[in-house]
Amino acid sequence: MKAVITVTGKDTMGIISKVSAKCAECSANILEITQSVLSDYFVMIMLVEISALNMPFNAFVDRMDTLGKESGLDIHTMHEDIFNTMHRI
Amino acid sequence: MINTHDILETINMIREENLDVRTITMGISLFDCVSEDENRLCDKIYDKITASAKDLVKTGEEIEKTYGIPIVNKRVSVTPISLVGGGISPDGYVKVAKAMQRAADTLGINFIGGFSALVQKGSTKGADNLISAIPEALTETRLVCSSVNVASTKAGINMDAIARMGKIIKETAYLTRDNHSIGCAKLVVFANAPEDNPFMAGAFHGIGEPERVINVGVSGPGVVASAIKRAGDCSLSELADVIKKTAFKITRVGQLVAMEASKKLDIPFGIIDLSLAPTPAIGDSVAHILEEMGLESCGAHGTTAALAMLNDAVKKGGVMASSRVGGLSGAFIPVSEDAGMIAAVERGALSLEKLEAMTVVCSVGLDMIAVPGDLSEDIICGIIADEISIGVANTKTTAVRLIPAYGKDVGDVIDFGGLLGYAPIIPVNRYSPAKLIARGGHIPAPIHSLKN
Repeated sequence: MKAVITVTGKDTMGIISKVSAKCAECSANILEITQSVLSDYFVMIMLVEISALNMPFNAFVDRMDTLGKESGLDIHTMHEDIFNTMHRI
Repeated sequence: MINTHDILETINMIREENLDVRTITMGISLFDCVSEDENRLCDKIYDKITASAKDLVKTGEEIEKTYGIPIVNKRVSVTPISLVGGGISPDGYVKVAKAMQRAADTLGINFIGGFSALVQKGSTKGADNLISAIPEALTETRLVCSSVNVASTKAGINMDAIARMGKIIKETAYLTRDNHSIGCAKLVVFANAPEDNPFMAGAFHGIGEPERVINVGVSGPGVVASAIKRAGDCSLSELADVIKKTAFKITRVGQLVAMEASKKLDIPFGIIDLSLAPTPAIGDSVAHILEEMGLESCGAHGTTAALAMLNDAVKKGGVMASSRVGGLSGAFIPVSEDAGMIAAVERGALSLEKLEAMTVVCSVGLDMIAVPGDLSEDIICGIIADEISIGVANTKTTAVRLIPAYGKDVGDVIDFGGLLGYAPIIPVNRYSPAKLIARGGHIPAPIHSLKN
């Protein structure tokens, strides 16, 4: 099972580091990162493996959400199924 | 691998274009609650509802979090109460409505539907008593929704029931006069009422339904409007394709949520209702879709054609995305719940007559329309009879949810807040249908109902 984490906000130093540290803390394995900065605006999409999470998925969603609030970023974590269902037949 | 474009498209739909699942509605059969004793009946109904749906809200919230998709409402629909209440007194029916309200409070749900009677061919004692209880029941409760099916293509139109409903609507408006006659916003008069409708105020759990069932209503007018905007100056054939593809994606989300809810609650999945349900929020309007298609204002000539195409394309796109489709399935055009419809009425572009014409090609009917409070019962009955005839003659569902706002007239606005929105009072043709309504009786079923 995988989840998609999207991170958006004003670019600062160490965003990837913070997000990936939190993923590691929760045992979410990062599979893929797409990231860019457009005129000071940071955008990142991460695909993470959530089968081995050390907590329920919804608790992981909350953790990432809290991290976003603490860091002034918009972090959303969604189960991959919503994307697969919408875009695959 | 999911590509970035798809991810961003989904996220944009949810955050910018108001994509949501409008409702997870749990249908619950109350047939095993039957009792001669009113209080016993109320207790059994309360217990059955609260036991069956105890995890509904929690499960809905979990799914919201997992998939990052808002599920706006969690609701319950029950067996039409007149069928389980039988011959209990009107006061007894009011008690049942209060028991339903208590159950809704305990569960933390948004609405509970099924304070209903089916009288298309004639009225039982139970249906009569329930209908008498409607004004008080809707005044004494906040979340209980009521509907009365007065006609069907098979049975024809019960004009006596329509005459009765004119009185009931006026009485409900009067009793809830301190709150913009809000009681009427919870009362629907139907033709061909669907038995698996997840949307309020008309939801009830039909007699052919299983013990419990999960029905889901999707939404997403904002998503469709944005897709049309992006499509630019294309032909209507191309536009129909754009709408189909968008409806497919919206419906797939509904299907995912429905399957997940069904699995988590261990209750069979019923149907997805493919309806574009607007809200008063900016960017969540069916009228704005029609305007995006090329109308200066919703209500302009051409509106019915645009709506017909929209409604058809939504169904075509949606039907492939879901394993089972039902309910009302079509674009909704409730005036007070749609910012574009409100604006169209305010600028004088959208009349009651045009709304009636629009209901020929979409679900569900004359919905959430505020009319002057001094409108006579006969005129209200005339409006209902016209709308119901459209449903009966076209073998489709139609419904009427009129709010004759007590003490208000054209130029005034009533405001319910929340999903029910606000509505300017719409002008009504005052010529009288009194003699027609007073004739009573039955309008026979149309010839094309004889299909066997």
